[in-house]
Amino acid sequence: MNAPPPLSAVTFPHRHLLGIEGLSPGEIVALLDLAEDEIAVSRQVEKKKAVLRGRTQINLFFEASTRTQSSFEIAGKRLGADVMNMSIGASSVKKGETLVDTAITLNAMRPDILVVRHHAAGAVELLARKMSCSVINAGDGQHEHPTQALLDALTIRRHKGRIAGLVVAICGDIAHSRVARSNILLLNALGAAVRVIGPSTLLPAGIERLGVEVFTDMRRGLAGADIVMMLRLQRERMDGGYVPSVREYFHFFGLDREKLAWAKTDALVMHPGPMNRGVEIDSAVADGPQSLIREQVEMGVAVRMAVLEALAAHLPND
Amino acid sequence: MNAATRLNGTDRPVVFLNARVIDPSRNLEAIGAVIVADKRIVAAGPDAARGAGPAGAEVVDCAGAIVAPGLVDMRAFVGEPGAEHRETLMSAGHAAAAGGVTTIVTMPDTDPVIDDIALVDFIVRRAGVETEIRVHPMAALTKGLAGKEMTELRLLGEAGAVGFTDGRRSITDAALLRRALTYARDFGGLVMHHTADPNLVGAGVMNEGEVATRLGLSGIPKEAEIVVLERDVRLAGLTRGRYHAAQISCAESLDIVRRAKAAGLAVTCGVSINHLSLNENDIGPYRTFFKLSPPLRSEADRQAMVAGLADGSIDVVVSSHDPQDVDTKRYPFAEAADGAVGLETMLPAALRLVHSGDIGLVGLFRALATRPAEILGLEVGKLAPGAPADLIVVDPDTPWICEAELLRSRSKNTPFEGARFQGRVLRTLVAGRTVYEYAPA
Repeated sequence: MNAPPPLSAVTFPHRHLLGIEGLSPGEIVALLDLAEDEIAVSRQVEKKKAVLRGRTQINLFFEASTRTQSSFEIAGKRLGADVMNMSIGASSVKKGETLVDTAITLNAMRPDILVVRHHAAGAVELLARKMSCSVINAGDGQHEHPTQALLDALTIRRHKGRIAGLVVAICGDIAHSRVARSNILLLNALGAAVRVIGPSTLLPAGIERLGVEVFTDMRRGLAGADIVMMLRLQRERMDGGYVPSVREYFHFFGLDREKLAWAKTDALVMHPGPMNRGVEIDSAVADGPQSLIREQVEMGVAVRMAVLEALAAHLPND
Repeated sequence: MNAATRLNGTDRPVVFLNARVIDPSRNLEAIGAVIVADKRIVAAGPDAARGAGPAGAEVVDCAGAIVAPGLVDMRAFVGEPGAEHRETLMSAGHAAAAGGVTTIVTMPDTDPVIDDIALVDFIVRRAGVETEIRVHPMAALTKGLAGKEMTELRLLGEAGAVGFTDGRRSITDAALLRRALTYARDFGGLVMHHTADPNLVGAGVMNEGEVATRLGLSGIPKEAEIVVLERDVRLAGLTRGRYHAAQISCAESLDIVRRAKAAGLAVTCGVSINHLSLNENDIGPYRTFFKLSPPLRSEADRQAMVAGLADGSIDVVVSSHDPQDVDTKRYPFAEAADGAVGLETMLPAALRLVHSGDIGLVGLFRALATRPAEILGLEVGKLAPGAPADLIVVDPDTPWICEAELLRSRSKNTPFEGARFQGRVLRTLVAGRTVYEYAPA
């Protein structure tokens, strides 16, 4: 692969990464190209770049997430940043301090990059408005999770050579999924045909207006798909609230070999993790030859390095 | 005479000349005069200036400005008692006077809840001392707003409650609401209800639909309102009680109200100025000052509300004034409190509907003053001879820009920050006394 073009403040003119919404197709491709370069760095013995040397990166997680937090931590450290993890339980925030006050307090510590996960949609944007550093959305409520969509796109592109023209089926709890929203936006921007599959209780109102084809029958939704993207079903939604039972959900919407056979023979299977084996995905598929699930994790580090590096171009230098 | 001496009250008679007199109680819109003496309207209309005015009167040349009844706001949340840092009766009174609101009806959602005659009495007495505008409390329909047991409706009414409501809360127990409507019928008591099924609202924080889905916010279906309103109207039919839907927000609700009225039921409804002025798209990037209950709906629903106001299906416009401070609004959208202040901006925002040709001045002031007074059984809300001299002078034309910091309310959570308005209140009189006069900066 050719060396990626250098990413500058001109080719990526954003101070924050708050969502896929607002990114042009060219900017998305530029991030993916840079991520290819970061994969190479991560596969070296000396996994270091210096673009963030001397910079402070705070990972502020209001919602526990071992994998995303460690992925951002490794990404920051490989770029030379000093990384600090702050985990704040939702309950301790509820005790009084408003999110804006939290932002003002953190801002006074003069971080350069703030990576935020929060349980409420829009919370990261609210923080970004009050911070003078760069802010990266690591997932806000049911809104967006842009780095997940970027790593998914990178994984797909490396295997299929393209995004445009692919049929991507996103299956499961679309209503409560930030991963689904970011992926719908990104895949549409790059010209894929996006389908969503799930029981109607897990499909949000107006989803068809986001440019997707809606299926409530998994087999029909998978027919002809190049990519099958499974979503995690939260435990609390399985017990009669949105679906009657785990058993019933798996029967109709769990990805097993039989249902996967409806997709193209070279279809690839993805999952943002953590997986509920036997709920939304069968182990034989999750660990099978069509699964990209482990590779997604590696791409996650590369994409997050690319995002950090792209935003570094906007950090003040004086 | 300067403003300072007029404020703080003299009972000196006033003659307003060259006014555009609006009195919906007589379907009157005419150039003429309004004469005020002894706290009451002496005459108002094209012929009012004939003959000698009262001795020693102040004579005001209105130069074509509107003189209309002071506004009667049926739904205002005030922080007193319990949340005085957000609003007191005094600060609400100042905001109201500046907005041309001469009567406010306070909601019982305070701490403590206004569910006892001593607390109704507290509001009445305290308002009498703290503010120059008229304040009438509505009392809780159920004890502690818990939706379980009826309050002492009749005693509360005798203590001064002008109606009964659980404020922001909706009553899920249909049998309880039925009994309350039946019981209140015996003394003509008014039941006002917030129509939102709490289970259908669920975790929802804004109108359900594409905008909510894009923002990743849980939606509130219109059916949360429709289902409750339909049930309530059936109960109003069953009981023949007096029922008022506090604020409706969607086209389907309007159909239900129209049907109830056609059937001759004692059903009335209100709409907030926000739902006449704004829609769900105004939320934009999670702006919490636009988080309301009921939520802002689609533009088609807003237009339906305007049409319902124009044809009289909607009886009253309310500010739904709900002061919230940074301690309740500086959160992510889903976690922020509902509500917006509105006492000072209700009239300027409503005048937009006049400027756009959606409604005439008589129709507008009927919904802002005359109808709410009728529904509440108050003698204000009109400029008929003998009525209390609660009136406002309004310049309908001068443009200005709303600045939240200049609002008199203790809380600045207005959805109209930076809004361009055309027209403002120049002077407000309550019982013949000037309680506000606009002073250009």
